[in-house]
Amino acid sequence: MPTDFTSQAVTAGTGTPAPIRKRRRTAAAPRVILYLILALFCVYYLLPLCVMVVNSLKPLGEITAGGMMALPEQWTLAPWSSAWSTAQVGVDATGLRPYFVNSILMVVPAVAISTILGALNGYVLTKWTFRGATLLFGLVLFGCFIPFQIVLIPMARMLGLMGIAGTVPGLVFVHLVYGIGFSTLYFRNYYAAFPTELVRAAQIDGAGFFTIFRRILLPSSGPIAVVCIIWQFTNIWNDFLFGASFSDFDSQPMTVALNNLVQSSTGVKEYNVHFAGAIMAALPTLLVYVVAGRFFVRGLMAGSVKG
Amino acid sequence: MSRAEPAFRRGPFDRLRDWLPKLVLSPTIAIVAIFVYGFILFTLYLSFTDSRILPSFGWVGMKNYENLFRIRAWDTAVTNLVIFGVLYIAVCCALGLLLAILLDQRIRAEGFIRTIYLYPMALSFIVTGVAWKWFLDPGIGLEAVVRGWGWESFAFDWIKNGDMAIYTIVIAAVWQTSGFVMAMFLAGLRGIDGEMLKAAQIDGASTLALYRRIVIPQLRPAFMSAFVVLAHMAIKSYDLVIALTGGGPGTATELPATFMYSYTFTRNQMGIGAASAVIMLMTIAAIIVPYLWSELREKS
Amino acid sequence: MRRLTMTMTATAALMTAGMTHAADVEVLHWWTAGGEAAALNVLKEDLAGQGIGWEDMPVAGGGGTQAMTVLRARVTSGNAPTAVQMLGFDITDWAKEGALANLNDIAAENGWDEVVPAALQKFSKYDGEWVAAPVNVHSTNWVWADKSLMDELGIDQPQTWDDFIAALDKAKEAGLTPLAHGGQAWQDGTLFDAVLLATGGPDFYQKTMIDLDPEALGSDTMKQVFDRMGVLRGYVDDNFSGRDWNLATAMVINDEAVFQMMGDWAKGEFLNAGQTPGEDFLCFRFPDTQEQVLFNSDQFAMFSQGDAVSDEQAALATAIMSPGFQIAFNKVKGSVPARTDLDVGELDACGQQGYEEFKAAASSGNLFGSFAHGHANPAGVKNAMYDVITAHFNGEYDSETAVEELVTAVEINM
Repeated sequence: MPTDFTSQAVTAGTGTPAPIRKRRRTAAAPRVILYLILALFCVYYLLPLCVMVVNSLKPLGEITAGGMMALPEQWTLAPWSSAWSTAQVGVDATGLRPYFVNSILMVVPAVAISTILGALNGYVLTKWTFRGATLLFGLVLFGCFIPFQIVLIPMARMLGLMGIAGTVPGLVFVHLVYGIGFSTLYFRNYYAAFPTELVRAAQIDGAGFFTIFRRILLPSSGPIAVVCIIWQFTNIWNDFLFGASFSDFDSQPMTVALNNLVQSSTGVKEYNVHFAGAIMAALPTLLVYVVAGRFFVRGLMAGSVKG
Repeated sequence: MSRAEPAFRRGPFDRLRDWLPKLVLSPTIAIVAIFVYGFILFTLYLSFTDSRILPSFGWVGMKNYENLFRIRAWDTAVTNLVIFGVLYIAVCCALGLLLAILLDQRIRAEGFIRTIYLYPMALSFIVTGVAWKWFLDPGIGLEAVVRGWGWESFAFDWIKNGDMAIYTIVIAAVWQTSGFVMAMFLAGLRGIDGEMLKAAQIDGASTLALYRRIVIPQLRPAFMSAFVVLAHMAIKSYDLVIALTGGGPGTATELPATFMYSYTFTRNQMGIGAASAVIMLMTIAAIIVPYLWSELREKS
Repeated sequence: MRRLTMTMTATAALMTAGMTHAADVEVLHWWTAGGEAAALNVLKEDLAGQGIGWEDMPVAGGGGTQAMTVLRARVTSGNAPTAVQMLGFDITDWAKEGALANLNDIAAENGWDEVVPAALQKFSKYDGEWVAAPVNVHSTNWVWADKSLMDELGIDQPQTWDDFIAALDKAKEAGLTPLAHGGQAWQDGTLFDAVLLATGGPDFYQKTMIDLDPEALGSDTMKQVFDRMGVLRGYVDDNFSGRDWNLATAMVINDEAVFQMMGDWAKGEFLNAGQTPGEDFLCFRFPDTQEQVLFNSDQFAMFSQGDAVSDEQAALATAIMSPGFQIAFNKVKGSVPARTDLDVGELDACGQQGYEEFKAAASSGNLFGSFAHGHANPAGVKNAMYDVITAHFNGEYDSETAVEELVTAVEINM
């Protein structure tokens, strides 16, 4: 069986060029159209970001005078420096700067733990199946659909009982609880395609549960780990409801600060500062997408050759 | 040689080893049991009580459900979820698949384009909501710009029109997630066995038939992941609506998530909020459970 | 000793700061925009002078609804903040839960009963006990007008409903947007508030919005109110729905629209754009409501942390009600002080006018809580009314249906 697998992989690698060569010869005009379509979609995806960037570089007067879609007449970086360090997000005019640390302290452990747990769950659910494993997975998966609005009050009570209300570990715990479903889903689906024969062979050779995981599954888990990390990082970094409800005055995450900057009800709205702050708050997630996105596909290709 | 060995050494250590996988799984099971199913039961209980600002435990029977169905906004919210959910999932899948197939044609600068398609997922609607709102606003956004170019009769005022506003929500939601779906399909495409494709091509299958008969059926696991991700986003869409329309014009873009939040927290009617959550969960279960059931059973 | 330190000035406070290290106060509020947050800083400094640290817990959004959600999570988890900014019926609701500290001693000592108008006390007190300290009074029945456009069109400040309609007609003929308005439920409600008061008068306002009398709610006068809302809808541009209030204000600032009906916080936008009250823009009461003031008032409630009010909470409450803070804060915020015994020479023209009218209304029984801002009826009823008003304003109901729906909405949510 294993030999069968490798032979398949080899032919897959050599098999692809043929149709490509053929296509290249015949289809010059369609390729132009292809690139045009792709470029058109680039515009669709980039538009809102452009609106934000452009408006973050204008003085407020130009925006309220009605030129929301126009390029700045007078370029300025003042909104950016204001959003970073001097804008009022509470009683103190601190800008968004201090809140970055809070978010990172919360996101890193939450992502790490939920990814590791998800990987282990996926491993058990596919390679060590037992009666009811699929049902169990279904139940975990259904948990992803629970609306966060209804968990707010009981979760607050539980955190209080556990003594971690209003703390960073409390926040990490909440995100772990509601992130575990998806990380399990990702790893389970990925490991399901992984040849069980390799695991069985190692088992026969006497390798234990964790050894098999570490030596055999983990080394090829790169791509799915990236997907899972991207997903968890984005969701946790962008979460507002939990961040606002379960944090304390000294652990409020970035989104709460951004919300405070943007959502004042009866104050003057400095849209340019809002946009600058919004882009700033999104930079870490954007960075993860740009950097990890590359590894994501590189890893995926390697993964598909290996099987 | 090694095959016979385990039979010899079946001691307590081995029994532990048998239990180890379940032990590893147990924290997750405990967490899900308490924090998902426990909370669902709690909500179910609340929906029969007179809870207003905080949970209270005076039993009122079905009264919250009766009131819920007398509220017009709830009908609107449910109808909207159906329209929004179906369109959102369908468009995202179609667009994601299309983009994945296009990007799979050995495109130059693929990595760059892929990142552009993917990045909206990184932004929350707290961030992009205002930009979208302005862009869709006929007075300052797309309509005004196109008219400024000289096309005077151009109209795009959906966001101000109660009948069309829900579709603008779909546009923005698709913008956010379709890139992610594209990435899932792209990963699926890259995992497809080239041997089979080559064989089919030699048999003279057209490109279209190739995709329809061989490629797309093999993307089933990717479809399942995409469906779960999209369905969960559709049901939880809250930020999006609040940022874009605030549920308006009137109550035209109210969704169950906004309804639930508003009754539980803004209107201090926690009982009615809980009742709406229960109805919503039951609806989700009615759709998701059969799907998961068929998908998971076939695989195992 | 405690009370003594409170009245001390900064020099004396230096000494007390070294004396004891008092505990800190954690304050949940939603004042995060430049001016108002800076104004709150005055309070922080004041407490710092007494050696009390300020732990800032701002949560903006939805005019305080976001903060109220957070508050519920905090209280449920047994981790309530020391003091919380609150509005109207939220205070009553929390007092009912027995969660708020009794401030009677501090109130008695500082004579709050004499200086805070009864209409405000309705919210600051529950069951005869002081549970909150009012910071400010916003008034919502204001019209903001573009003076240059009014001069150009030959419009005088409208005194009656008919005047107002005539003025709006002139603006419409000139091709301008007569009324700048944002179609969000609370803005529609703010407009409705004023129209109802102008149409039915103070007694009608009391009966419908505060007493929720079904007969008055279903009356012909109510139908007339909705008819008038329909008339005003004709003077609003087509792109109104979902527009933020400050973009509507920008329309007046940019000479695109002539009038806006909005609470006194709109003033900040004009000032920020470099305009001067009386010269570039005018502020006046909604026609036919010159005698009345519709208000909403931000207050701070203390969460009880055991038996009695803590020293820090007492210090905070006293500082909030001190004349110095009331003036300093409201000068920046655009609202007026919540106590009626102050000299407000420091406020600008609109502010001084607002304060005089507030005092006059308070003494003549013409001070009413604004329905649109949660000071006339509880949140459930308010939002149900919003639904009807917004649906009517967007043309989903005619006036007759709207009246019927309003009666039903109140009935369900009582």
